[in-house]
Amino acid sequence: MFTKYIFFFLSILALYSALMVLMSKKPIHSVLYLTLTFFAIAGHYVLLNAQFLAVVHVIVYAGAIMVLFLFTVMLLNLNKEEVSPKPLWIKTVVIIAGGTLMIVLIGIFRGYDIAIKTDPFLTQIGLVKNLGRVLYKDYLLPFELSSILFLTAMVGAVLLGKKEQI
Amino acid sequence: MNSITQSMQFIPIGYYLFFCTMLFCIGVTGVLIKRNALLILMSVELMINSINLLLAAFSTYLNDPAGQIFVFFIMVVAAAEVAIGLAIIVVIYRTTHSIDIDILNKLKW
Repeated sequence: MFTKYIFFFLSILALYSALMVLMSKKPIHSVLYLTLTFFAIAGHYVLLNAQFLAVVHVIVYAGAIMVLFLFTVMLLNLNKEEVSPKPLWIKTVVIIAGGTLMIVLIGIFRGYDIAIKTDPFLTQIGLVKNLGRVLYKDYLLPFELSSILFLTAMVGAVLLGKKEQI
Repeated sequence: MNSITQSMQFIPIGYYLFFCTMLFCIGVTGVLIKRNALLILMSVELMINSINLLLAAFSTYLNDPAGQIFVFFIMVVAAAEVAIGLAIIVVIYRTTHSIDIDILNKLKW
């Protein structure tokens, strides 16, 4: 199955770059690996035939959020290794805790399956036309409220970023 | 019978569950293991993205557009959150000349 190979390729790419986000020494490498993870996830959206989400994901995450991260790293000159990384025993404990969480969650989800209602590769709900219709008909109020949220976030970011103390 | 043989060819939803669980746990580990506030924010983004992908996968498999609308709104909130979070990190850097979160223990006790 061709789509299965694409799925495994994208999954391994995403997991590898997500691990490299944590293992890179310099923050700028972490930012670039995170961008790679986001592109792999965008590929997953395309695989699910959620084209609107794929495009929005690339624009918002790879285009806006990662540029913000890059600007912060470069403008503040933060691109140096951690001065005092956590001691080794804390790292060991954290990795054991994270691995245990993963094992528990996988144990819960194992064998779970749903009755697939539609062919995931032929479904039409992820297209811009259908999602836009749903968004502007059923979810119009949350959509408008999110613009107020953005306005608030913008005002807050400008206020926090001002030089003089408030 | 035809639908069963067809559905066998799809990627099972369990694969998405496993993949998103692994991505989420990498994010959790990153939040716990790092001292750099920027990397903690990036790990939170990783967790948000794994949840988004799972929501979109279930939405597609159940043929319900509400899940994808939710993913859209989660992206909206995440973008606002990152803008505010990075502004806070810039302010922290200006006041303490470091973004090591272990320095910020004034509110701890």
